[in-house]
Amino acid sequence: MVERSEGVVIDINGPLVQARLPGSPTGEQVRLGALGLTGEVIGRSGDEAVVQVYESTEQLAPGDKVVPLGHPLVVELGPGMLGQIFDGTQRPLDRIALQSGDHIARGLVIPALDRDRVWGFTPNPALRVGERLKGGERLGTVQETSTIEHRVLVPPDVFGELIQLSPAGDYGVETVIARVREADGQVRDLQLFHRWPVRTPRPYTQRDHAVAPLLTGQRILDTFFPLLKGGKAAVPGPFGAGKTMVQQQIARWANADIVIYVGCGERGNELVDILETFPKLTDPHSGKSLMERTFLVANTSNMPVVAREASIYVGVTMAEYYRDQGYDVVMVADSTSRWAEALREVAGRLGQMPVEEGYPAYLSSRLSAFYERAGRVETLGGERGSVTLIGAVSPPGGDFSEPVTSHTKEIVQTFWALSKELADARHYPSVSWTDSFSGYVGTAASWWREQVDPSWEQKRATALGLLAQADELSRIVNLVGPEALSPEQRWALEGAGLIKEAVLQQSALDEVDSFASPQKQYALLDLIVGIYRQGILALGLGVPVQLLLEMPILGRARRAKSRYASSELEQLASFGVEVKHAFEQLTAEYRDGHH
Amino acid sequence: MKEKQFRMASAARGGLLFMRGVPGVKFNDRVVVRDHRGRKRNGQVIRSGEEYVLVQVFEGTDDLDLENTWVRFLEKPVELTLSPDLLGRVFNGVGMPRDGRPPIVSRLKRNVNGSAVNPAARAYPREFIQTGISGIDGLNSLVRGQKLPIFSGSGLPHNRLAAQIVRQAKLPGEESRFAVVFAAMGVSYDDARFFQEEFEESGVLGNVVMFINRADDPPIERLILARSALTAAEYLAFDLDLHVLVVLTDMTHYAEALREVATAKGDVPARKGYPGYLYSDLAEIYERAGRIKQRHGSITMVPVLSMPSDDITHPIPDLTGYITEGQIVLSRELHSQGVYPPIHVPPSLSRLMKDGIGKGFTRDDHPRVASQLYASYARALDVRNLASIIGPEELSRQDRDYLAFAEQFEARFIGQGETTERNVMETLNIAWELLSLLPPESLSRLSEGDLAKYHNWDRSAAKVEE
Repeated sequence: MVERSEGVVIDINGPLVQARLPGSPTGEQVRLGALGLTGEVIGRSGDEAVVQVYESTEQLAPGDKVVPLGHPLVVELGPGMLGQIFDGTQRPLDRIALQSGDHIARGLVIPALDRDRVWGFTPNPALRVGERLKGGERLGTVQETSTIEHRVLVPPDVFGELIQLSPAGDYGVETVIARVREADGQVRDLQLFHRWPVRTPRPYTQRDHAVAPLLTGQRILDTFFPLLKGGKAAVPGPFGAGKTMVQQQIARWANADIVIYVGCGERGNELVDILETFPKLTDPHSGKSLMERTFLVANTSNMPVVAREASIYVGVTMAEYYRDQGYDVVMVADSTSRWAEALREVAGRLGQMPVEEGYPAYLSSRLSAFYERAGRVETLGGERGSVTLIGAVSPPGGDFSEPVTSHTKEIVQTFWALSKELADARHYPSVSWTDSFSGYVGTAASWWREQVDPSWEQKRATALGLLAQADELSRIVNLVGPEALSPEQRWALEGAGLIKEAVLQQSALDEVDSFASPQKQYALLDLIVGIYRQGILALGLGVPVQLLLEMPILGRARRAKSRYASSELEQLASFGVEVKHAFEQLTAEYRDGHH
Repeated sequence: MKEKQFRMASAARGGLLFMRGVPGVKFNDRVVVRDHRGRKRNGQVIRSGEEYVLVQVFEGTDDLDLENTWVRFLEKPVELTLSPDLLGRVFNGVGMPRDGRPPIVSRLKRNVNGSAVNPAARAYPREFIQTGISGIDGLNSLVRGQKLPIFSGSGLPHNRLAAQIVRQAKLPGEESRFAVVFAAMGVSYDDARFFQEEFEESGVLGNVVMFINRADDPPIERLILARSALTAAEYLAFDLDLHVLVVLTDMTHYAEALREVATAKGDVPARKGYPGYLYSDLAEIYERAGRIKQRHGSITMVPVLSMPSDDITHPIPDLTGYITEGQIVLSRELHSQGVYPPIHVPPSLSRLMKDGIGKGFTRDDHPRVASQLYASYARALDVRNLASIIGPEELSRQDRDYLAFAEQFEARFIGQGETTERNVMETLNIAWELLSLLPPESLSRLSEGDLAKYHNWDRSAAKVEE
């Protein structure tokens, strides 16, 4: 790298700084002023560069120096990320707290990965010195947490002959563990970690079809609007509709190997909630603490707005890195609207022409490029891995026609629309069955057919049909009252009510109900659809609908979800038999033809 | 003194001064402006370039004779002087006394803009605060370190509710050291006086710091007032270990002041003329509430805002709701029916409630009772709509039970009155009396154990009535 001379600040306008800085390319990192604030060149004209600064620019003055660093915004990728909380530019917040106390001081430079920590490295036994190595191949492994084996990879841009590989032992992340001679004769030292620019997607061999559902343990999501591993989903909802709870439930219970939670412009307390509760929660798939597979990227709403723009890319680059090791990764971004607002703020200060509600014209292309980083791939090392992206959207005033929601809706395949009306009645998760959609139902159906029950698709369709019919009937009831309905219609209303209360509503706070295995999800669906069908048969025999509505067993059916855990399916099945008996008893006299 | 010389401004517009020929001015520097009559105004640098510098003047730029107005740069940010003597005092937005007493003298001064709390240093709020108000304690509990705004409308009794919270808020079974920081932005003389008298009557005045900007005071000062008040709150909470309740009223006036300055600067508007950074700006204020590990004090925040035309989707309540941990919404309909406090239950919410109530905090059944009251009241409101169309006599027996439930819920549970203080057990007991109006099959949010213990449903009585 050629040493370039320092530049000088010309103008400060909030987080945007104009500097005289010849030769600095767009994307280059710089440090400004006496404190050494970190910033990024985002545009230039002639000798002048526009710099967006990740930290508050208070007390910066024209004439202060600007030092170019010669590289774009990069993240460190190596063992020691799991269980951590990073800020929007991958600085470790717990070590920042050790250095600067309760508040985040400016100008701190702390590497993401702890330099003092050593890791037990086991070299890949298949490798021999003298072999040709290419990017993405496995140099060895490190046990990062008790559940996750960290696979140390050759960086994607390295090709050449392996001339040295360290034996098994304890090493710090900066220790050279392998050396590769590249085609031009240069020797590259490889460490336990490498760096990668966040705005460049990491390469893979080829894209692959998503095949398996991402199971979240949430009935309305898994059963009704499924998402696949490697898919893209959005959770739009007005404030108070429960976006954060849905996102946290996914982060808790999803059957992924790695979960990354990006708190982008959201509340500080929500991240603390995760930091305090996750270590105590058990991953239903591995039986270990949830924190062993999770890490957080936090740029809360009061932290500098420009770092919020970067935080999404920092998160997704780390997600791709674990994908490249052959893992299924879920990244939850709460909220992409705040990220879009950061774009808008910078665009506004640059004087760019706004198109919709002040957003710049490139909003939709940036959004789609971001979601495109989701996917299931064949990695450079020949493994299968995936990144699933789930973005929360916070539409102003709950208006889904606003730019961020409407563009996102065109990009994602699964759309979990949250409803204010449902939330106001404390129907959680408040995912609307009319406004949500999933483009993955076909693929998910084959999985459910093979793994759970062949009639899954049909039962799901019956339930959705009943819900739609009930919405129609409610409109009539609101005009003329329930007496105007036929007994079959009143029973359909009751059936839909049962689906809502016994299947769709799920309490994140109830220990038993918080997570439902696919088998339990199907069993509850089967139970309720069964009740509805038995009721229809009874009506056919002449049983008055009022008698059906007053069956005490319906109250128990509504509570079955929190009565029977995922491990108590047999008891749930015998409850189903009890229900059947109750119906038989009720219909017996009618069946015998007494009436 | 290395302060910059006095300089002349070249133009003034909408609270902003444009200055040429002042190189090297620090961004966000504090500024003192001396007008042609020798009076001082306070300001802050909001853009600094080689060519020109932009100064925001908190007292506004009206009536400035630029030829004879001089500006001095203080080479430091806007700071608030801090000492325990703050308690019992009244200040303006920049921390100058408004009570006729001398300024605070102390070596301790802090930048009012503060700096972001490290999320890793925060402690999660979980201590239930009893406000003595059923609509809050029972359904939307407040916890220590939470920010829970009151969304109101013009003419609704939000001030009385805020004052009642200040008067009654306590941790059950604990005598604690507390303080109140009261930040009034653009409030009327009467409202400011109401609070002052309230604090005097309840005998807490000595524990209150007031920052007051009245409706006829310069609007730009509101931008710095909220920050001064929170700097004082942080000092009281995290230096002096006090539990601080911050009341900010009215955030709508604050946001309007922000819009005024943004418009003068020529910022690109996002919605309804408000700048795109309204969210981040509000977050800088609201996120200063909370608890911090290893610190004994806390900041609990109750911002009050009036929703323009009662519209909850207006940018100010909308963005506030996205930042705060819930909201208490007031209803014009309940108010006109004489219900006090007129808490509109369906859109009200407390996000932190889940961790501060239930077993070990209030009572085991509390979370399920709250959820059931919500569900039953939502159903009851549907029934009420139906009754207004087909007439109550056409309703089924069960629907008539729901109508009775809604009436009693509003009259007894919510409408407790201004002088009634209920502890949380009383609140829960009243809730069960109301739930006992409804048949057990319809109460699916409650456990069978709850029903057996507390539900007092008389099926035969209901049948006989029919």
